[in-house]
Amino acid sequence: MSDILVYDGSFDGFLTVVFEVFESKLQQPKIEPAYRASATFFSETREIQTDFIKSKRVWDGIIKKGNSNIKRIIYKSFLSEKVGVENILLDYICKFFADNTAVFGNFTDPSVLKLSKIVKSVEREKHRMDAFIRFKLTKDNIYFATIEPDFNVLPLISKHFEDRYADQQWIIYDLKRNKGLYYNLNIVENITLELKPEALKTKGTDVLFTQEELAYEELWKNYFKSTNIESRKNMVLHVKHMPKRYWKYLSEKQL
Amino acid sequence: MNFERIKEKLNILADAAKYDVSCSSSGSKRANKDKGLGDSSGMGICHTYTEDGRCVSLLKILLTNHCIFDCAYCVTRKSNDIKRAAFKVQEVVDLTINFYRRNYIEGLFLSSGIFKNADYTMERLVAVAKKLRLEENFNGYIHLKSIPGASDELMREAGLYADRLSVNIEIPSVKGLKLLAPDKNRADFIKPMEKVKNEIIQYKAEKKIIKNTPIYAPAGQSTQMIIGATNETDAEIMYTSASFYKNFNLKRVYYSGYVPISYDSRLPSIGTEVPMMRENRLYQTDWLLRFYGFDIRELLNKDTPNLDMDIDPKLSWALRNLNLFPIDINKADKHMLARIPGLGMKSVNKIINARRFRKLNWEHLKAIGAAVNRAKYFMTCDSRVYETRDLTAAQIKGLILSNSSSKYRKTLNNQLNLFDTVKPLSV
Repeated sequence: MSDILVYDGSFDGFLTVVFEVFESKLQQPKIEPAYRASATFFSETREIQTDFIKSKRVWDGIIKKGNSNIKRIIYKSFLSEKVGVENILLDYICKFFADNTAVFGNFTDPSVLKLSKIVKSVEREKHRMDAFIRFKLTKDNIYFATIEPDFNVLPLISKHFEDRYADQQWIIYDLKRNKGLYYNLNIVENITLELKPEALKTKGTDVLFTQEELAYEELWKNYFKSTNIESRKNMVLHVKHMPKRYWKYLSEKQL
Repeated sequence: MNFERIKEKLNILADAAKYDVSCSSSGSKRANKDKGLGDSSGMGICHTYTEDGRCVSLLKILLTNHCIFDCAYCVTRKSNDIKRAAFKVQEVVDLTINFYRRNYIEGLFLSSGIFKNADYTMERLVAVAKKLRLEENFNGYIHLKSIPGASDELMREAGLYADRLSVNIEIPSVKGLKLLAPDKNRADFIKPMEKVKNEIIQYKAEKKIIKNTPIYAPAGQSTQMIIGATNETDAEIMYTSASFYKNFNLKRVYYSGYVPISYDSRLPSIGTEVPMMRENRLYQTDWLLRFYGFDIRELLNKDTPNLDMDIDPKLSWALRNLNLFPIDINKADKHMLARIPGLGMKSVNKIINARRFRKLNWEHLKAIGAAVNRAKYFMTCDSRVYETRDLTAAQIKGLILSNSSSKYRKTLNNQLNLFDTVKPLSV
């Protein structure tokens, strides 16, 4: 009978689980976040309380033995929220603690290769968010954008937007995870909002957004059309670069 | 702001600017300062893609499409009967800032038709950049066109505000330029390019001594050539390109397949297909020169003046040099690994990393993401299965083509039937 360890879904929660696994010498437990955990007949479920002292000890251990690449791989692949990523990570971390030169670059190891692919897709989506976020100026003078990324990339994009839009207030809101970032001209805060989806549409209703906003969106759509070369049309390439699932947030793709 | 009028101008002046292919926004080191707007110290970002699959990174517009020149290949040529418009300096500034704030763009790409003379035009381009930097504290990316024949003083000033400068040599050969743009000469293109090159060298030298030397065109220079408007060979194009890379330290040379826009008898007629595939092969060659350690003379020379259209230039080179293969991927150095068809630089780096831990076999290579289907004819690894037959270049080419599907297959179908058929090796 194998154990299922359930944690609260946070990165610290996951690191606490790693601590428990080492501490109690658990053999191949299954790790699941609370938002996905399901009870089964054949295994025992144990809830692990997040403990910041324990998680810090694990993270410090990783930093001490590893380099920035190891940190990057562990944190970013965790943010993928992929089913089962916790167990690949556990395997990776065990191997890393056993021999800290054994994992980085060892693409013949299945866990190393899987994580490197996951990190690649998380970084790709992070980069896509840097590109595809479209701010709309609200009447409160806040540049506002909503997203629904496949992965939890919000923590990864914060700095990019803070560096870039230092002189304007902005909010980036993840509708899927119901949390967002708010930059108040000094620092970026984590926020939760109660949003009515119909209020977010610029078309017709302009409860939220300024008149000027609608005009600039119109100019942008026009620019998008004028800069296209019709005789080179290549929709396959177009969709490859801009997958359809992102279209609903791209003003230029709204008719 | 009169949005209707701006919209009209934007449509005209974006449409006229779209044949300039450069849209890069990378390579600058300009960070946000004093809590201003924008930052271009990171990697380039493509904010959207048009339906032709090209990236949109910058607001790419002409200041005006009024022009005193009559270059046959150009849509804004004097004799062309089209709508003309011109932006005011402030209008361009407002558009750039407002697009940037909404995260539509990385910055501005500003070009222009030539009105009155070179300096008069260049002065206005510089005025836009200057206003953005000094009045708006804008730290986004600015790409300015160097106007052929512009004075050294203006080019010096341009580089203080722009991240990148470029002047398009347009036609790869001097004789082609004479034919299509008789009022222009190569020397006028070279002049601003030379000045910017020297300023960059000087900036780099001074920077070492005086830390706060004002930055000068941190993302360097680029140029563009039109492909297929005149009858140069691929060798002529790439040798020109290689010499510009070498003599002017260019960051990029862009190749733009000619889009027929005129009934001029000196040019391919309207309706002729845009040579997109040739353009693609030229870019591949360009990459081999810049990142794979190839010398242009290996890829194009007297015996091979043109690139193969059905296979990529690296495969084509490998087939001409079968005596250098197969290469043992567990032993070969980086330089040789990069020459194996089917291995890109990412795969090469992964192989070099991974082989420190154990000898690699076919399974490992597939998992890493190498194109084993192509590479297998040119390499050996930790496996007893490898290509043992003594295949000719034509046979290998036939095998590879029959196992791959090119997006250009339609155009190539006739050629495919000509190859010998050999049973593929399965690994």
